Amino acid sequence: MWPRLEIDSSEGIEVSDSAPQTSPIDRFCTRSRTVGVDVTRVPREDVSATLAELCEPPAVGAPLPWTDVSLPESATTMPTPAELEDARTGITAAVSGVADYGSVLIRSTPDGVEPVSLFPDRHVAVLCEDDVVPDMATAIGEQGEAFREEAASLIVATGPSATADMGELVTGAHGPKEVHVVLFGGEGR
Amino acid sequence: MSSESDSRQQKAARIRELMATEGDAVQTNTEGFNRGRYESVSRLGEYEELKTEARAIKEDAIERLPELVEELRETVEARGGHVYLAEDAADANRYVEEVVADRDAERVIKSKSMTSEEIEVNDALEARDVDVVETDLGEWVLQVADEAPSHLVAPAIHKSREGIAELFNEVFEPEEPLSSAQELTMFARDRLGELIADAEVGMTGANFITADSGTMMLVTSEGNARKTAVVPDTHVAVAGVEKIVPSVEDLDPFVELIGRSGTGQDITSYVSMLTPPVESPVVDFDRPDEPIDPDSADDREFHLVLIDNGRMAMRDDPELKETLYCIRCSACANTCANFQHVGGHAFGGETYTGGIATGWEAGVHGQDSAAEFNDLCTGCSRCVDACPVKIDIPWINVAVRDRINRGKDGELDWLVEGLTPDADPGGVDIQKRLFGNFETLAKLGSATAPVSNWMADIGPSRAIMERVFGVDSRRDLPEFQRETLVDWFEKRGGEAASTERARQARAARGDGNGGDLERRVVLYPDLYTNHVLVDRGKAAVRVLEALGVDVHVPPMPSSGRAPLSQGMIATARSKAEAVADAAAPHLLEDRDIVVIEPSDLAMFQGEYERLLPEKTATAIGENSYEILEYVFGLLENGADDGVLSGPAGDTDASVAYHSHCQQRTLGLEAHTVAVLDRLGYRVTTSDAECCGMAGSFGYKREYYDLAVDIGDDLCRQLEAADASQVLTSGTSCTEQVGSLGDDDPIHPIELIAPR
Repeated sequence: MWPRLEIDSSEGIEVSDSAPQTSPIDRFCTRSRTVGVDVTRVPREDVSATLAELCEPPAVGAPLPWTDVSLPESATTMPTPAELEDARTGITAAVSGVADYGSVLIRSTPDGVEPVSLFPDRHVAVLCEDDVVPDMATAIGEQGEAFREEAASLIVATGPSATADMGELVTGAHGPKEVHVVLFGGEGR
Repeated sequence: MSSESDSRQQKAARIRELMATEGDAVQTNTEGFNRGRYESVSRLGEYEELKTEARAIKEDAIERLPELVEELRETVEARGGHVYLAEDAADANRYVEEVVADRDAERVIKSKSMTSEEIEVNDALEARDVDVVETDLGEWVLQVADEAPSHLVAPAIHKSREGIAELFNEVFEPEEPLSSAQELTMFARDRLGELIADAEVGMTGANFITADSGTMMLVTSEGNARKTAVVPDTHVAVAGVEKIVPSVEDLDPFVELIGRSGTGQDITSYVSMLTPPVESPVVDFDRPDEPIDPDSADDREFHLVLIDNGRMAMRDDPELKETLYCIRCSACANTCANFQHVGGHAFGGETYTGGIATGWEAGVHGQDSAAEFNDLCTGCSRCVDACPVKIDIPWINVAVRDRINRGKDGELDWLVEGLTPDADPGGVDIQKRLFGNFETLAKLGSATAPVSNWMADIGPSRAIMERVFGVDSRRDLPEFQRETLVDWFEKRGGEAASTERARQARAARGDGNGGDLERRVVLYPDLYTNHVLVDRGKAAVRVLEALGVDVHVPPMPSSGRAPLSQGMIATARSKAEAVADAAAPHLLEDRDIVVIEPSDLAMFQGEYERLLPEKTATAIGENSYEILEYVFGLLENGADDGVLSGPAGDTDASVAYHSHCQQRTLGLEAHTVAVLDRLGYRVTTSDAECCGMAGSFGYKREYYDLAVDIGDDLCRQLEAADASQVLTSGTSCTEQVGSLGDDDPIHPIELIAPR
C-alpha cells in the first residue's frame, strides 16, 4: 500500500473574495454590495445628514444609541401600527456587521427596532466600523452573553427580503425591498 | 402475483403522471439549488471543518437530549415562557388548541414548519373553527390549492409561475389578472399583510433551539417568520425535541451551512435568533393609531411545544438515530437524480420528502409510510457528500428496506428457490430477491452462454420476467460472456505469466528506477467485469502489466452490492465475509486490491464498515483502489506513461466522460480525468449526478420510465460534448448510455490500454 493520493477537485476555483489582505471593513462593503445592499461610508459627523438624504418619507425610526448621531426629524419614533404600515423608510441601528457575509445584526428592543426594520420598503441600518467583525463565528460569539444574560433577540439580516416561491426571484416578500447600510468611522478615526 | 404486477403498473403510471405534471418545475428548481450548493460551498474555505463541527454538535446534543430538554425547560420557564413536552401529534395539538382557546383567538398565522405539517395542527385548529393562515408564500399557495408540500424547504417547488397565476386568478378573481412573479408576490404580500394584522396567535417552527439561553433560530428569506413572531402577542413554537443544541455558540456552523446546503445561498435573508418572550413591542393593529408600547412586551405569552412523536424511540434505534441529526436543509433531495425528476409527491411519505425522509417517516409515521417511496433511493450516495451533518442517508434507506422486506409475507419463494440462495428470510419481494441474487444468475449465464442470452431475449421469457419479476421488457438484458475474465486470465498463464510480463515491462524501462513500483495487485473480478463487460477487465490487466505491475485475477465472491441494494443485509453480510476470506491471503502477500466497478469499491470502502469487524473492513478499505486511481498513483510515482495509448490524432483527442455516482462520492472522478489529461485527451465531464440506471433500478418495471428520463438528460449532455469517444466507469452507466444514447461507451481503461 502507498499513501492514497488525493486530488483536490476544488483546485482552480477561486476561494471567495475574502482575500486575507483586505480588511474586514472593505470585505463587509464588498460582500454587502454582492447581496444587494447599498453601503455608504461616511465620517461620524456626516451620519445625520446622510440619513436625512436616505430618508424617503413617510419614515419611522428607532432611537440610535450613539451620541451625536441622530435620526432625521421626519422619522417618527414609537410609531403607531398604521404609521409602520405606511412608512416608506425605517431607520435603525445595527449592533454588528459580518464581513464574510455582508450581514448586519439587528437587535430587538422595546422601542421597536424589529418592526421598524421590517415593515417599511426601505430599511436603513446604521453601523459603526468598530462593530464590523470578520466572520459569523465572531459575530455570534460576541452576542453569547447577551442571549444568555439579557434574553436578547437578534436578526442576522443579509440583503432585502426575497422569495422565489412565485416562480422567480422577487425582492420585498414580507419585508423591505431595499436595504442601505450607513457605515461610519469608529472612535479611532 | 398479479396483484404485485398490478401494483408495479400503478406505481409506474403514478410516476409517469408526476413526471409529466410536476417534473419540469421540480427539475429546474432542484437543479438550480444543487448548482448553487456546489458554487456556494466552493467559496467556503472551512466547509469540511464546519460539517465536522456541525456533526459533532448534533451527536453530542442527541446523546444528552434528556438533560438538554430539562435545561431548556428551566431556561424558558425562568423567562416567563411555557414549555410543553408532547408525546405525540394528538397530545401536541390538544395543547395548542387550549392555548388558542385561552387566547380567544379567531386566527392563527403561521410561518413555514415541517413539524407542524407532521402533526397536522392546521386541521386540528380548523376543526375548532380557527382560521389558520400560512404566511410563507409557498405554503400559502399550497393552502389555497389544497395541496401537500413536495419539498422540505421550497414546499411549492412543483408549481410553475403560470400554474400559480392561474390558481390565484381563479380563486381570488383580481380586477387585473395576475401574471408575473412580481405581481403574484405583491398580491400575496398585501393579502397576507391584512390577515397577519388581525391574528391573535403566531405559530412558528424552530430550526434550532439553544438550551443555555432558550434562543430559537429561524431561517427564512421572506420575513414572514419575523412578522409572525412580532405582531401578535402570543407566540407558539412547535419543534421536534431533536432541534435542541447546547449553546448559542453552537449555532454558528449551522448558520453557515444551512442556506448553502439547501437553496445554494451563502445565507438566507433572515436568520432570526429569538429569545422569547421577545422584547419587541406588540404591533396591535386593533389600535392602529396608538403608538407601539414598550411595556406591551411584558404581556407577551410564549409557548414552546417540544414534540417527541417517535423521536425518543429513534434515539434508541441504532439505524434511525442518525436521522435526528438532520437539519432539514433539503440537500439530499436536491442532489438526488430521482428526486430531481419526480419530486416529493412521489419521493416522500406522509410529511417528509427526499432521501432522509425514509428515516423520518419510519420514525414518526411508521414503516408503512416509508415503504411507499423507499425504493426510490438507489444508493447512488450523492447525498452523502451533500449532507451538512454527514448522515449516511443511503444506509438508512437500506436498513429500512431490510425491515420492510422482513415485514412481508413471502408468497412465491418457490419460484426463485435454487436461483436465490440468499441468507435473508422469506418475505423479500420476488423482484428484489431476483436482483439481489445476481451472482447466481451471472454464473449460470456465463456457463450456458450464448444459449442463456438467446433464451433470455425471446418473447415469452421476457413476458414472464416482466409479469413475475417486474423486469421491464423494454430493457436490454446483460449479455453474458462464455469466457469469464478469470478464465481468460488463467488461460494466458495466470499469475506466473503476469509476474513475468511485469518483470519484462520493468526491465524494458531499463533505467533501474521504479523500485517503488514493484507492486503486486489482485484485480477484483467483480460480477459484471467477470461475466459481462470482460473487455474492460482484460484492458485493466494489460495496463497494469505494461506499467510493471504483477497482477493476479483469482476467482472471488461478489461484493454483496446487489443484495444490499435490495435491502437484503444478511445476504450482503455473508458475501462481505466471503470476500474478506478470499482477500485475506492476497493482502498477506502485500497485494493491493484494484477494483474496476465503482459500486463494489464503494462497498469495500464504505458499507463493509457496517458489515464486517472493524479491523477486517479497514484492511480491505485501506488497501483497495479504483483502477484509474491506481494508474494515476503509478504515473505519479514514476511509471512511464509512454506505454499507454494516447490520442492517435487530433480528431481522436476529445472524450466525454461520465464518472460513476459512487466513484464521485469517493472523490475519485478527478483521478481518471487527470490520467486522461496527462495522456493528451481533451476531457469534457458530465454534471449529471447519476445515470438513472443505478444497478437494478432501471430494469424494474415500475421505475423504467423514470430511469430513462434521467438517462436521456445525461445522454444529451454527453452528445453535446461532440466527442469522438464516450467514456463511462460504472456498469450501470455503460448500459444506460449504451442503450439510450447514440454512442457505445467504453471504460477509460480500455481507451488507454496498450494497443
